[in-house]
Amino acid sequence: MAEIKLKAQQSDVSAYPQKTATEQAMTPKIKDHPALPGLENPMVEIENLDFYYGGKKALNNISMIIPRHKVTAFIGPSGCGKSTLLRCLNRMNDLVESARMEGTIRIGGVDMHTMSEDVSVLRKRVGMVFQKFNPFPKTIFENVAYGPRIHGLKGKAKLDEIVENSLKSVALWDEVKDRLHESALALSGGQQQRLCIARAIAVEPEVLLMDEPCSALDPLSTGKIEELAVGLKEKYTIVIVTHNMQQAARIADFTGFMLLGDLVEFGLTDRMFTKPGKKETEDYITGRFG
Amino acid sequence: MRTTLKKVWRRGDVFIWLSGAGLSLSLIMTAGLLFSIFTNAAKFFWPNAVAAFSVEEGRNLLGQITGEEAIPDPENPKAPPKYRIQLNQGNRDIYGVDFLWLGREAIQSSHYPEGAVVLERREWGNFYGFIREVRDQGKIIASGPEKGLAAVHELLPASHAIFDRINRIAKKDIGAINHYLEDNRLELKALAAEGITSGKKVTGLEAENEQLQKQYQELEAALSRLRKTGTAEVLLETADGQNKILPLTMIVRAYAPNTFGFLDKVGFFFAKIWEFIWDEPRESNTEGGVFPAIFGTVMMVLIMSFLATPLGVLAAFYLREYAKQGPMVSAVRIAVNNLAGVPSIVFGVFGVGFFIYFIGGSIDQFFFSEALPTPTFGTGGILWASLTMALLTVPVVIVSTEEGLASVPKGIREASLALGATKFETTWRVVIPAVMPSILTGLILAMARAAGEVAPLMITGVVKLAPSLPLDGIWPFIHLERKFMHLGFHIYDVGFQSPNVDAARPMVFTTTLLLIVIVLLLNFSAILLRNRLRKKLAVSGV
Repeated sequence: MAEIKLKAQQSDVSAYPQKTATEQAMTPKIKDHPALPGLENPMVEIENLDFYYGGKKALNNISMIIPRHKVTAFIGPSGCGKSTLLRCLNRMNDLVESARMEGTIRIGGVDMHTMSEDVSVLRKRVGMVFQKFNPFPKTIFENVAYGPRIHGLKGKAKLDEIVENSLKSVALWDEVKDRLHESALALSGGQQQRLCIARAIAVEPEVLLMDEPCSALDPLSTGKIEELAVGLKEKYTIVIVTHNMQQAARIADFTGFMLLGDLVEFGLTDRMFTKPGKKETEDYITGRFG
Repeated sequence: MRTTLKKVWRRGDVFIWLSGAGLSLSLIMTAGLLFSIFTNAAKFFWPNAVAAFSVEEGRNLLGQITGEEAIPDPENPKAPPKYRIQLNQGNRDIYGVDFLWLGREAIQSSHYPEGAVVLERREWGNFYGFIREVRDQGKIIASGPEKGLAAVHELLPASHAIFDRINRIAKKDIGAINHYLEDNRLELKALAAEGITSGKKVTGLEAENEQLQKQYQELEAALSRLRKTGTAEVLLETADGQNKILPLTMIVRAYAPNTFGFLDKVGFFFAKIWEFIWDEPRESNTEGGVFPAIFGTVMMVLIMSFLATPLGVLAAFYLREYAKQGPMVSAVRIAVNNLAGVPSIVFGVFGVGFFIYFIGGSIDQFFFSEALPTPTFGTGGILWASLTMALLTVPVVIVSTEEGLASVPKGIREASLALGATKFETTWRVVIPAVMPSILTGLILAMARAAGEVAPLMITGVVKLAPSLPLDGIWPFIHLERKFMHLGFHIYDVGFQSPNVDAARPMVFTTTLLLIVIVLLLNFSAILLRNRLRKKLAVSGV
């Protein structure tokens, strides 16, 4: 059912980046999706996405639109597929041997499979921050400069500038500017996670995926990361997976509730938490299960 | 009662005692071994007094006491034991044997004569006796023990210089000429095989040969002139009144230990250690130094490291990072682990069969055919020994690199991939630096193993006495086909292959100590490097 028009989309490549996805680009199916609020400016379009780990189906016909310059949260109980969905967006699931994806995902209007044979182009546009902060065992400077270097940037002055700007955007610059050339592993957990965000935005992605970025942090650091997520949405489109419903309520503009591989409900966060459209959503939000 | 026992058992005290006992036992055994090696080795360098004994039948003996033991008496086990001492009386050329056992009862009197001297000679071992006269060109320069020794000390540097020059000409200069002559001979032979027996090349080589011959004759003349300059002699008397004339060029060192103060003894001790480390062996390895063996050991270990480390690291990367994990890879992994347990002599046999006969033989056929049937690479040499050792130690490197790779956090690989790095970039920029300390750990273990291994080396290129080092001033400077000396084999050789066991025994301990020190030094430098890397990477902070 989801042998999606991979080939048909290829002609779009030449049009990128002038072309922004519009309502016309969307299939009627998405347009008619009942859970979609005003999505005149989509960043990511997911269309009939199925995902399998070997024979096990992990995502079931997901279609949704993630709006540009907003924070979108995926919530749901453990094993509902929210992390899998997130990892589909930068094809991190490719690392899992038996994984298989069917369906279409468009980033900025371009089918991700047609961007390039090499996933690195996609991953440059879609950055990621992980659950467990994972700075490289290198210096703070080298951590942030790693991405730009990989993408071929040379020259000390330019790198210095990128490192400074990235660290400033995560409000870490003042804390570490005197020890840029010391090991990143000497930082506290919250600082390390902010460093990881700085590292991700140093390559100037369009979308920033955050996979439960606060689950290993104390409340104070969590607050800082949340503030950051809200602040960063001016420049980036943020997709965050969280266990924590309050966190979604605090920072997300849009929220998707997932259950057993289905996207049960997707909509404006305020509406989702006040007037959920589905019984399952209400049960989860009110803590009756999960 | 039973409940108390059970309580003790449950508290785990027994386990703590047992584990503590296990640790102490291992430590005591290691420390004991090291202590015994160390004391025995140190004793060898320390100048013993020279004792004079009068024994039955009016015999007089002179020498250094090297040991004492109880004489076993199986008939009367309860009787008080009788003792005998071991005496190094030297003078092998006069008495035939230098070590003898002397029953305590047989000794009628003993003292330490002031004038007794020890002469370390280039041949025939030590001489013990008294200096009567020192002569030069037939004239008496000094007489009596004290003045004689002073004169010997005065003349010795000059005769050492003469000896060194003779040695340098005979070994190095004439050796180089022989080397070039041999090269030319082979080149001419190769040309002849191609049918070229005249022409510019041939005449050039022949002219060069003539030149070399002329140089050779000049050197020979210089040698015979030099040999005539060393005319100083010393007239000696043994304890039992025999006279002996020794040319000074045959003497390495002369000293009277009975006149030594403590500082003299310490000075002598360090001089002996210096000689041991930097000199060439004498007297079929029982005297002198072990420098060629140190050099051979270190060079072999270094070549082995350069071969084994890249190979092992690459193999480990493929196994852990690229191969599809499954029964096949597990089987390979088990095989690699077991390879580390294969008896080392098996590797040696493989080295002989594959490296020396097959590869070396082929190299000889293709590149050194003019020298055949004399093998160049088709015989044992430092390259083949190092390759065999590399094969032996590569499993160690593989295992520790693999362990290192397994412990690189998945998170940092994902982080790198998520930034758009390819798998290779991730490996190159993140994984290799993080796994470097583990690679070095593997290298340390490999080096320790290679430095201590003897069996495979014995058949792949180690010899008792190598005429030249595998690294010298003759082009191409590194001679990988040459045979070499190795400390481990040296221990075996002096300990078990020496005709004069008593004279060789101290060398076993000193060489062992030296080998341990070298292994420690190699390891220590690798550990320092690893710690610096660790600090730089701060992997320990993860």
